[in-house]
Amino acid sequence: MAALRVPCGAAASYRLFLGGRVSFARGQGLWKAAAAKLQRSPGCQILRLRHTTVVAARKNVAALRHETYTVDFIKKQIEEFNIGKRHLANMMGEDPETFTQEDIDRAIAYLFPSGLFEKRARPIMKHPEEIFPKQRAIQWGEDGRPFHFLFYTGKQSYYSLMHEAYGKLLDVENRQDQLRAKGLFSEKTKAKDPIGSRWLIKEELEEMLVEKLSDQDYAQFTRLLERLSALPCDAAEEEFVGSFRRSVTIPLRKQLTEPLQCDEKGMAFSTGQGNRKTAKAKVAVYDHGSGRIEVNGVDYLLYFPVTQDREQLMFPFHFLDRLGEHDMTCTVSGGGRAAQAGAIRLATARALCSFVTEDEVEWMRQAGLLTADPRVRERKKPGQEGARRKFTWKKR
Amino acid sequence: MLKGMTRLISRVHKAKHGEQHEGQHYNISFQDLKTVFSHGLPPRFVMQVKTFNEACLMVRRPALELLHYLKNTNFAHPAVRYVFYGEKGTGKTLSLCHSIHFCAKQDWLILHIPDAHLWVKNCRDLLQSTYNKQRFDQPLEASTWLKNFKTANEHFLSQIKVQEKYVWNKRESTEKGSPLGEVVEQGIMRVRNATDAVGIVLKELKRQSSLGIFRLLVAVDGVNALWGRTTLKREDKSPIAPEELAFIYNLRKMVKNDWQGGAIVLTVSQTGSLFKPRKAYLPQELLGKEGFDALDPFIPILVSNYNPKEFESCIHYYLENNWLQHEKAHTEEGKKELLFLSNRNPGQLERLCAYL
Repeated sequence: MAALRVPCGAAASYRLFLGGRVSFARGQGLWKAAAAKLQRSPGCQILRLRHTTVVAARKNVAALRHETYTVDFIKKQIEEFNIGKRHLANMMGEDPETFTQEDIDRAIAYLFPSGLFEKRARPIMKHPEEIFPKQRAIQWGEDGRPFHFLFYTGKQSYYSLMHEAYGKLLDVENRQDQLRAKGLFSEKTKAKDPIGSRWLIKEELEEMLVEKLSDQDYAQFTRLLERLSALPCDAAEEEFVGSFRRSVTIPLRKQLTEPLQCDEKGMAFSTGQGNRKTAKAKVAVYDHGSGRIEVNGVDYLLYFPVTQDREQLMFPFHFLDRLGEHDMTCTVSGGGRAAQAGAIRLATARALCSFVTEDEVEWMRQAGLLTADPRVRERKKPGQEGARRKFTWKKR
Repeated sequence: MLKGMTRLISRVHKAKHGEQHEGQHYNISFQDLKTVFSHGLPPRFVMQVKTFNEACLMVRRPALELLHYLKNTNFAHPAVRYVFYGEKGTGKTLSLCHSIHFCAKQDWLILHIPDAHLWVKNCRDLLQSTYNKQRFDQPLEASTWLKNFKTANEHFLSQIKVQEKYVWNKRESTEKGSPLGEVVEQGIMRVRNATDAVGIVLKELKRQSSLGIFRLLVAVDGVNALWGRTTLKREDKSPIAPEELAFIYNLRKMVKNDWQGGAIVLTVSQTGSLFKPRKAYLPQELLGKEGFDALDPFIPILVSNYNPKEFESCIHYYLENNWLQHEKAHTEEGKKELLFLSNRNPGQLERLCAYL
């Protein structure tokens, strides 16, 4: 086991290092096109491997332009990854058979704790397919003849996709004409699900086709698919169209609404917490009140002499049209004047959720009352006067 | 309809202000403004008067209470001290002005110091007093005050006679028996002796009000300045205590209740005060131990924020004068917003409704 661990460790560290480097480079945007990439497109052709020994004479210019990963190399990486995964599972004391990617992430975060703020700069261990960018294989054979019939258009996968889609469209129309000729045509409008799925965005399509597209190309593509989906299609065509749709999840962040609590006198009240910059606030909103607000034991008019702060306090009540109906007691600490006002506002909105229907909670969320403001003070950097301000530039 | 609700047409019958008039506005004529209130009203109120072209004060409970006491004063007893206190912007100065107006209409002699804080700070020229070497004079402020005092109490100045001879300098002196107006004139003309003239006026009035010829109302706004600290410094940068200012010294004697035939109405305010925390509003905190002992015993009157009825009345007044131009100002929601934002504080409400 000890002997096995060392190479594993070396391989793991090599991959981790590579992963760190390449993933960062990928994050910068590796959408550059190069002819020599591994092709992985729908309707893909035979992957012809490049025999470097035979065509060493013909200098492959495309290959020199960008770093290429041969299929062998990728396969080796995948094997190493799997072996490394099993070793990692062993190290963590888990079962290697049922070691999922989340387990891998947790194990790596545990073994290599990193204090870096940028999440993409931390050590990762993922399947090589996610790390190495998709590349296209060389599109021509030994004799120089390209494999794909649309190679000389420049964007072969895109045009072949359009060709296929249009072919399907023509098929559907033919079928419709035949049905109409026979008289069996029935006008049935399809109930398409408008919400819940969306077309691929341009970046996703480019990733799928491993080709650079222009905006007009993308617009054409979308229009064609819309046209196709508007007609009654059968199962194969539905599947074809469906492969280009992604589901859209409505961001229903479940706001945990606590039920109303009752204090000794029988008054219903609800609490909430909020923070903004460095200020933290805790609020208790009482029902059946008259609009009195007390902050840290002091009336809010004395605590917030500035009108702007009092407007912030007023906002949740005003939004729900409950201006004079609640009493409020709050404690706040930290931050400055406006930060404390913002913290109390967030806490109030959260507390009011329990008094209010679900629709109104959704409206509050859309109004931004329930979102904590993530802005904090940016750190001052060395060599600059402030966070962004540079020292005065002197010519000499 | 609204006019009847919020306005009292009665002008002359100040004496008839009762509890049923609480929350309603009453008019002060321009004549009174020029004479009685030449120097008394807060600056924001003066701006409002100029905008609306009329001076309307709201009748409120603290002022009504004071008027009730004033109506029932026994002038044989020593003068009673009444102190208005309250948080910032609740209407202490305007309540004081209301009572001054009442007394002016009842033909009392008004001795009104608009803001005692103005005397203990920002004084450009401090002269060594001619009367007493240890004290300091403030010629400019004294002469301005004398001018305003003259406009307020013209008819009294000829009636009251001085009971001593005062020598100003080698050439000028005031004989015994000459009217007080001469002293005032002397102070206005010879600015160097203005502070001494003020001192003489105060002494004479105190002496003679006990005789019963007239009734004296001493009204001081911001009386906590008399016992606080000053920001004035001598030439050698050492601070001056309030006692060393001649005016303050004489005023302290005035505010003591060892004379009869009148009343003393005071306010304590943090707004102009020096070296006092913002949230202090109780007389104990603002006067300090020395001041509290000097003023003890007194009758404190709390001035608080508007109650709902007064708030409605104020909003109606603004709406009548077309001061609130926002469309929502007429609606219930608009009123609720204003209520929340100002927390029924008169000063805050006025600032909210003001121009930008």
